[in-house]
Amino acid sequence: MTAALRLMAQNPLIPLIILLFLLIGALELLQPGIVNPRWISNTLKFAIPLAMLAACQTLTMLTGGIDLSAGTVATITAFVTATLTPLIGVPLALTIGLSCALTAGLINGFGIAVARVHPLIMTLGTALIANGCLLVYQRYVIASGTKIPDFLVWLGTGRTLGLPNGLALFVPFAALILWTQQRTGFGRLLYAIGSNENATRLAGVRRGPVHFALYALSGVIAGITGLLYLGLVKTPSLSLALPLDLPSVAAAVIGGTSIFGGRGGYAGTIVGALILTVLATMLTLLQMPEGARRILFGLIILAVTALYIRLTEKG
Amino acid sequence: MIRFLTQNSWTLGLASLLILLLITTKLIQPDFGVSGLDSLARAALPYALATLGMAVVVIAGGIDLSLAAMMAVTSVTAATLMQGTTDGGAALVVLAVLALGATLGAINGTLIVTTRVPDIVVTLAMLYVWQGTALLILNAPGGSAAPWLRALIVGGVTLPYIPPALTEWLPKGVVFLLLTLAIIWLPIRRSKLGLMFYAIGSDPLAAFRSGIAVGPTKIAAYATAGLFAALGGLAVTMSTGIGEPIPGPYLLTSVAAVVLGGVTLGGGRGGLIGPILAVFILRLVRMDLTLLNVDPNITTIIEGAIMVVVVMFGAVFATRGRS
Repeated sequence: MTAALRLMAQNPLIPLIILLFLLIGALELLQPGIVNPRWISNTLKFAIPLAMLAACQTLTMLTGGIDLSAGTVATITAFVTATLTPLIGVPLALTIGLSCALTAGLINGFGIAVARVHPLIMTLGTALIANGCLLVYQRYVIASGTKIPDFLVWLGTGRTLGLPNGLALFVPFAALILWTQQRTGFGRLLYAIGSNENATRLAGVRRGPVHFALYALSGVIAGITGLLYLGLVKTPSLSLALPLDLPSVAAAVIGGTSIFGGRGGYAGTIVGALILTVLATMLTLLQMPEGARRILFGLIILAVTALYIRLTEKG
Repeated sequence: MIRFLTQNSWTLGLASLLILLLITTKLIQPDFGVSGLDSLARAALPYALATLGMAVVVIAGGIDLSLAAMMAVTSVTAATLMQGTTDGGAALVVLAVLALGATLGAINGTLIVTTRVPDIVVTLAMLYVWQGTALLILNAPGGSAAPWLRALIVGGVTLPYIPPALTEWLPKGVVFLLLTLAIIWLPIRRSKLGLMFYAIGSDPLAAFRSGIAVGPTKIAAYATAGLFAALGGLAVTMSTGIGEPIPGPYLLTSVAAVVLGGVTLGGGRGGLIGPILAVFILRLVRMDLTLLNVDPNITTIIEGAIMVVVVMFGAVFATRGRS
């Protein structure tokens, strides 16, 4: 028993995966036959944008920061791309959409790296400003109509061999993030800054450029997520990816990334996003009133995180 | 005197900014007077109360993301219970709702202390829980508020034996806010509890070693925030006359106002006067821009920019002061 507990504490992924399978088992009990290839493909389809947006939170949380502008940035990229496509064509619209995301990321980076504003405040402020800009922009393009590039729809809703096409984007993306986080100097610097900023500074690391690059990267990831989500939802709106904002933080937290930095990683976040998606299906299936669903959602996030902290602290 | 000035430089700066803004408003809109002041105070009241709650928690080293959701719970509870009651019944409801708010806050605090999960994560989870609770109590905006409650915050102050012209310019909303501050915060600030809030906010370990029970103090801070949230929820019900189950935009504004008001995220520094001034500044900027016929969306951009720029300026200021 103690050996099993120690194993779990050393490999925090194991209890998470067990929890995921327990949830899937419970789902099958609730409604026998629901767990089939079609359901798995659907679950993956909805988990992918959440997991991608949660990458922004994971990477920034590793340094002890957070990116609350991710949802807004994703929405802006999606909306700008969808509205500009009928006017100037797909490639140019994509470029402009993604450069909006990069700009927001760079502004965050500037505030956090140079002016040393708390990441929570800085990204919140950027989100407010960016949202205002989006509302103003919206009034000038409202007449021109929207069009969603075909390949985004293919990526968002299409299916090949029973698996969602989104995986074609997500698998390389996840591999890249995992590689960056574990095998590159940049990744190690994120952990170093998060565990002890002063020690990192004394070891000769300049923290500014790292933060600058990190938040710019986070902005771009949010932008790409927005594009994928646009293809999935197929209706550009002014609040497209905003409902994913808080769940993306929850996915990273459930996945074992410490909000104070230095601990965790993207592998856990992916499982966290899957858990949240399965959980959402389950709560929908139970046919409870909306209020009770939200209560359960919140309580389960809390319970999982608390359990997780207990488990890893013992080891 | 000099010491007082340097210690309160941030608050004094905010106060002069507020006065400047009031003068600007008068210049933009020569009609701006008693009724304008009154509507400003009424619009700012729920924001100000949310900000007070947030400020207390931030001073104690935490953050409460569930504040707006707690306001929704208390607002719908008040509106539902008050439907069809007498004036005396409504007074009981008010007391019950205040107790409810403090309980909700205490639940947040207890969960943070017992689970050892970071504040921001617990209150994020509780945000969903309280939102759900509010929806279960009241599915759509409804209920009602007792008329005398509404009269508490509408219009100017009139006192017996004093000619109304002397006091009428002062909006009841402001008086309500100042009374709240005097009744709830002043006793806490002057007692050991207030000192303990600041102590656990600036260094929990040092506080623990000086013999402070960090856990219960933290719970008390969250309960105080819950109490302010209940007052905020009541203020929503008082000014609209109904209960609102969907949380308003109070969360982000309260964080912004707390930071603008000179309370540092991370805890241990700042007071409650600064954040209140900051709320009024933010509302007044919004009102001025509306008076100038600026697109309300641009107002959002300007609000965000003010917040970021002031915090940047404050960060540079603070680093220089320390070195």
